[in-house]
Formats: sequence, C-alpha cells, structure tokens
Amino acid sequence: MLISKIKRALTASAGVAALLSATTASAEYGLNLTEGVTPISQGAYDMHMLILWVCVAIGVVVFGAMFISIINHRKSKGAKPAQFHESTAVEIVWTIVPFIILVSMAIPATKALVAMEDTSNSDLNIKVTGYQWKWGYDYMDEGVSFMSTLTTPREQIYNEQPKGENYLLEVDNPVVVPVNKKVRLLVTSNDVIHAWWVPKLGMKKDAIPGFINEMWFKIDEEGTYRGQCAELCGKDHGFMPIVVVAKNEADYQQWVSEQKGAKAADAAAADRDWTMAELMERGEKAYNTSCVACHQATGEGIPGAFPALKGGAIATGPKAQHLDIVMNGKAGTAMAAYAGQLSDLDLAAIVTYERNAWGNDTGDLVQPAEVKAAR
Amino acid sequence: MSTATAHEEHHEEHPSGLARWVFTTNHKDIGTLYLLFALLMFMVGGAMAMIIRAELFEPGLQFVEPQFFNSMTTMHALVMIFGAVMPAFVGLANWLIPIMLGAPDMALPRMNNWSFWILPFAFAILLSTLFMEGGAPAGGWTMYPPLVLQTGNAFPFLIFAVHLMGISSIMGAINVIVTIVNMRAPGMTMMKMPLFVWTWLITAYLLIATMPVLAGSVTMLLTDRFFDTSFFDAAGGGDPVMFQHIFWFFGHPEVYILILPAFGIVSQIIPTFARKPLFGYSSMVYATASIAFLSFIVWAHHMFTVGMPLTGELFFMYATMLIAVPTGVKVFNWVSTMWKGSMTFETPMLFALGFVIMFTIGGFSGLMLAIAPVDFQYHDTYFVVAHFHYVLVTGAVFAIMGAAYYWMPKWTGHMYDEKLGKLHFWLSTISVNVLFFPQHFLGLAGMPRRIPDYSTQFTEFNQMSSIGGFAFGLTQLLFVYIVFKTIRGGEKASEQVWEGAHGLEWTLSSPPPYHSFSTAPEIK
Repeated sequence: MLISKIKRALTASAGVAALLSATTASAEYGLNLTEGVTPISQGAYDMHMLILWVCVAIGVVVFGAMFISIINHRKSKGAKPAQFHESTAVEIVWTIVPFIILVSMAIPATKALVAMEDTSNSDLNIKVTGYQWKWGYDYMDEGVSFMSTLTTPREQIYNEQPKGENYLLEVDNPVVVPVNKKVRLLVTSNDVIHAWWVPKLGMKKDAIPGFINEMWFKIDEEGTYRGQCAELCGKDHGFMPIVVVAKNEADYQQWVSEQKGAKAADAAAADRDWTMAELMERGEKAYNTSCVACHQATGEGIPGAFPALKGGAIATGPKAQHLDIVMNGKAGTAMAAYAGQLSDLDLAAIVTYERNAWGNDTGDLVQPAEVKAAR
Repeated sequence: MSTATAHEEHHEEHPSGLARWVFTTNHKDIGTLYLLFALLMFMVGGAMAMIIRAELFEPGLQFVEPQFFNSMTTMHALVMIFGAVMPAFVGLANWLIPIMLGAPDMALPRMNNWSFWILPFAFAILLSTLFMEGGAPAGGWTMYPPLVLQTGNAFPFLIFAVHLMGISSIMGAINVIVTIVNMRAPGMTMMKMPLFVWTWLITAYLLIATMPVLAGSVTMLLTDRFFDTSFFDAAGGGDPVMFQHIFWFFGHPEVYILILPAFGIVSQIIPTFARKPLFGYSSMVYATASIAFLSFIVWAHHMFTVGMPLTGELFFMYATMLIAVPTGVKVFNWVSTMWKGSMTFETPMLFALGFVIMFTIGGFSGLMLAIAPVDFQYHDTYFVVAHFHYVLVTGAVFAIMGAAYYWMPKWTGHMYDEKLGKLHFWLSTISVNVLFFPQHFLGLAGMPRRIPDYSTQFTEFNQMSSIGGFAFGLTQLLFVYIVFKTIRGGEKASEQVWEGAHGLEWTLSSPPPYHSFSTAPEIK
C-alpha cells in the first residue's frame, strides 16, 4: 500500500514536471500579474513588482540564514549548542529595519492609491448594474443601455462540444468605450453583491445593492479586454463575464448611433401585432438569455431551488398573473423583476413562449402592446 | 489523613467504556476527544476539497453542478476552520496547559465536558444541511448578505450551528483563561510560562472578544430573513456592507486565533531539537500581544473593493502592513534559536521547520495583499486562496501535525514510527506545494476564486494543483494510520521522550497519571 502511494506520488510529480515544462513553453501563459493597458493597471503592476522583489530579498536573507544553520549546526556534525538566548541590540535592529522597509513601501503605495481613487473629470459615464447572472450597462450621457450575457453554449460547458477560444469569457453585447478617454463607471447591483473586474484595466469594484461605487479607467490601446465577476453571487457566479472593446473615437461614435438605431427599430416593432410563430421564436431566444439559468432549458427548474414552468401553476394559470410575476418579480425569492431589464417585445415573447413551450400549450398570445399597457 | 486517602481513591473510580468519554471531566480525555474530533473533521473537510479539486481538474462541468460546488467551498471552509483547526488547538490546550503549568486538571472541568460535547451536535446540524431541500449553504463561509439570505431550508440550521460553535469556543476560552490565571504551580510566574501557554492565553482573549460579534452578526441575518428586520437590506434602510464590517471585526482576529497557538507550538518544538533555549522569549510574548492588538484594527483590509473612502483604505493598509513587524520578530527569533544550535531532525522538527518556511511564504503574500492599490487586482482571486492556504495548511495544520508527533509519545506512552512520520512529512510538503504554489500564478493570471469552471488558459496550473491536492489528501490517510498505530502500541516512551526537551510535561510519566500533578511541583 505504501509502495503504491510512493509510486503514485512519483508519477504525480513526474506529471507535474511535464506540465511545468509544457506551460513555460507556451509564452502567452501568464505567470505574473498583467501590466494591463491603463495607467491604473501599470501603477498596480509596478507596486506588485516592487513588493515582490522586497519579499524575495527578505526571503533570501531569512531562509539563507536558516539553511546555513540547518546544514552546519546539526548534531550529526558534532555541533555543540551555544546557550545565548537574547540580545536587545539585535532585537531592536530587526524591529526597526522592517519598519523602515514598510514605510518605504507605503509611500509609493499611497501615491498609487490616491491616483486610482481620483474619479474626477471623466469624459464618459457608464452605470454598471450586476444582476444574477449578467451585467447591465447604461451610458448615462448617450442614452444607450443594454444587457450583457454569457454566449458560451451549454454544450461547451457540459463537454459535449469542443471549447471555443474565449470559453466563458464571451458575451452577446460587449461594453464599447473610446480609447484615451477617462471612463468613469458607476457600479451597483440589483440583487446580491457582485464585483466588476477586468484584469487589464487594473481595478475591481464591488457592485452592491443600494450603493453606487465609482471606478475609472483610460485605455491606451484599441482591443478587446475580458474579465469576470469577482464576488461570489450564487449559482452562476462563474458564468457572468465582462468584455470591454476599446475603439477609436470615430468607430465608437458609429457604434453609439447604431445602438440608438437598433433601439428605435425595437420600439417600432413593438407597436405592431405579432404572430404566434414570431413570438415563439423570439421568446425562445430571450428565454435562453434571461430565464434559462434558473428555470432550465427544459422548463423543469431545479427542484427545491427554482420552480418548474413546465406544467407549472403560473405558466398555465391566468395570463395577467404570469405577466405580473415576470415583470415585477416575487418578493423573498430569487425571482427578479424583469420590467426594467427587458423591452415590451421581449417580455411579451417570453411570456408567450413559457405558456406554449414544453407541452404547456395554453394557446395564449401576449402582444407587446399588452405589456406596454401593464407597465 | 484517612479522608485524604479516601478522597484520592474516590477519584480513581471513573467510568469505563462509552460512559468514560461521555461523562468525562478529565482534561486529558477531553483533549483526546477534541483531537480525534478534529481529525475526523479534517477528513470530512478534506473530502470536500477533493470534490472541489476534481471538478477543477479540467474546464467544463464534469462531476458536480455549480450550486453544489458552491456548497462544497462553503462547507469545506466552515468544517476546516470551526471543525478541524480550532478544535485541534483546543484539544492541545486541554492536554498541555495543565501539564505545562503543574496543575492537576483544567479549572472548570464540567464546562470543559460541555464545551466539547456541543461540537458533535453543531457539526451534525451543519452537515445535515447537505441533505436538505435547496442544498447546503452555498454563499461562502463569510455568509455575506444578500446572497446568504437566498439559502434554502438550510439557512436557520447554518445560523444555529454557528451559534453552537461560538458557545463551545467561548466556554473553551474561559476555561483556558481561568486555568492559566489560577492554576499555575508555585513559582510559575507569567513570564516563566511556556510560550504555548502564552499564545493560548492571548488567543483565548481574542475568542472571548470576537465570538459574540460573530454570533450577533449571524443573529441579525436570522432576523432579516425571518422577522422582517432590514439590518443588511438597503431597500429597508439597512446596509449590506455593514455585515462585512461586523463579520471581519470577528474574522480578522479569528485568523490569529487560527495561527497564534501554532506560533506557540513551534516555539516549543524548535528549542527542543536545536538543544538551545528559545531566542528572545520576552520579545516573543510582546510580539504575540502586539499581533493580537493589531488584529482588531485591520479588519477592513478584507474589504478594500467595497468602496471605502480613501482615508479608510489608507488607514487599513498602514495598520495591516504594521503586522509584518511583530510577525517578522517571531520568524527572526525562530531562526536565531536554530543558529549555533545542535540540531536533529525528528518528525516534529521537520514539521516545525516546514512551518517556518511555508508560513513565511504565506506571510509574504499577505504583505503583498496588504498593499491596497495591488489588492484591487489580487482580491477574490486564487492569489488569495494560495495565500490563506499557505498560512492555514502549511502554517496552522503543519504546526498541529508537528505537535501531534511531538507530544504523542507523552500522550500515549508509545513512540510513533519515525520512518513513517518522516515519510508523511516529505509527502505532505511536496504535495502541498504542488497543490498551492500554482494557485499564486492562477490568481495573478486572473482566475477568480469560488468558480466551478474556468476559461481554458487556466487549465495547466489547475491540473497541477489538483494532482497535488489528491496526493496531499491521500498522504493524510498515512497520518491517520500512524496516529492509530501509535495509540495501539509501539516502543515505550521515556518520561523525557526528547533529549533536548524542557518543561514540566516532560517530568511526568508517559502517559501522565490521571490527575496530572496531584501535588504541585516547585519551580525554581
């Protein structure tokens, strides 16, 4: 038994050595903190390297002394124990020297921190709202707002398909910002605490219901930067990524006008009557971004945690009550209010879908106009 | 003198079998119960860690669903902190404080019995939540609202279990303080007490100061959920961040509750095997007291990202950095104790040396985390996971294992198997570093903690970490084997046990008599 254990440990360590050489071979694989693309991330990186080297230096001295002692002052080499057990002078020195080292690190740390917390004179303000489990963005000055949800297919997560390049770090609607502009984020939450973090932007901030936190960044280079929620927020905490796309000013302005155009088109579409087939198609899509995490693709929910819609009392009961619970949520449960998150059209489509999918077959049709009237 | 004799005989009649353990008021029996309970919980919490590492071996969801994964991280922490490390320290306190001070027993033996026997019930309640509708608590051991309020039927059981653990800890702490203050043998002045006793005295005060704070904060969660209060609900005028302030006002001293007794253990072991007195005894005592004081004014360094004012962030950054000074003094003192000693490397010494090196590595990453401008990057990533596992596993747990090997001959009267002990140390040390060191890289590369699935760039280091984890887990079965082998038999241990050992516990027979010191020894 013991021998097999040793063998196991040896094969394990051989495997680890193989892995180690494999990882050092791939240059993109990060061992260290990112330098990032903002002044803040550069400041954090510089502090990180400074303190890392200070720790390494102290480590070399302390562990060096320890190993010299372990090698030389051992009984098997005939070492006779000395009997000294205190020295006030030495003890004062090794209290004061670390103190001085700490002060010398606190000074640059303070400077970096002061710069990071200065959110004044921003060029662009975006409100970021955490939801279980997606992010909402409101461009305060442009009037653009949207939800940003994970797009990695379930099949990839459950290992039924090969994983894509940006597995778990891809969303439907990325945050688009202009380069070289000071972007201020106003971070809050609609339900539990989340944290907004993109490593290359150099900072994270908690999204707390009832509070608005501030953070800022100014991106130097165009590109796509990916991050994740960094505060445990429930079941799908690992599945609410953040994607920031930094564009030059002209491309950014074009993106803003596209967003406004799309919003106007959506509003116009909501004014006409929709057929069952149209609503079911749109409803399935919307259900799969907003509802599927809890109620599941099968509509069966998760027993004990999230109720089933398939054959459920709400989805097969009165239509008005169903619409009400989707729009206004249910107090004391994880069911959120979607009136503020989704358009009239999407709400109508979702309710129609839920009432007719999975054999519910109520035949009920909810038009966007009915949702508008219910607001 | 006939009454005295009768009195002594009366005490020798104690129940045997199960009743011995259920009704015992003997500090050694209770110490044994605590230690075995801790070992059991170490295995339970370890099994949960194995599930976590199995799921994280590859990207994608293989074995468990995300909700259950979150239950595993939550329960692993609660079981390891409150079920394994704290009871192990209380067990050591029970066994050692009376025999180190020359006392016959702990000062409050019946309360001692009660404080132990609460624990199995507390953990039966906590572990039973695994089978409840809605699953075990999954909001993290830190129980942050509003998330924790979404817990299913398990919620009140979680709160009640935490209350019970708190009551048990407070009673244990009261017992330690009363024993140390009142039961020292003549001549055993405070500044002659072994360092283990000193660190426990200070730990006990930390427990009494902070456990009621935890109890209060979880009670407020309970009323928020069931009695319509809004302590932590912004919509009702409450403040979810306030919970974090209250929790960490308990939580940071708790971190030192988990490490100060380990400092004490290492300060006993190193002088024995260096055959040289501890360097800077009084500065060790003052450093421990300073750390305890500072632990009350650094709590918000766990919360740099909640949006504190700049001045608050600066204060908590400076105060936290300051802890490096007394901690450094301790490390320097241990190294100086070894310096020009005459060292041998039996298993307890190996664990103590492993502690000094690996705890210091955890201390370094702690210093890095103290720097608020970079903490914004480290916070809630695997860098933090690596940090606190270095201080808690290679720190606290290694010290406890060192203590087990060091005093097991005294407790059982048998020497443990030295070859197996050394094998256990080396397998543990190698595997634990394969397990936790790569997690530094994962955190720096941007992997958040508490996620069941990760993007593919993190695969290699997670695989290394998982392999290390499985090896470390298996190795601990060897430890269980060694412990039970030693209890059952082995080479007879002498009174002194170790050539370089000093202190009252080494003047007693191995194992010590039922009433450790029935006449108080005289200390010169």
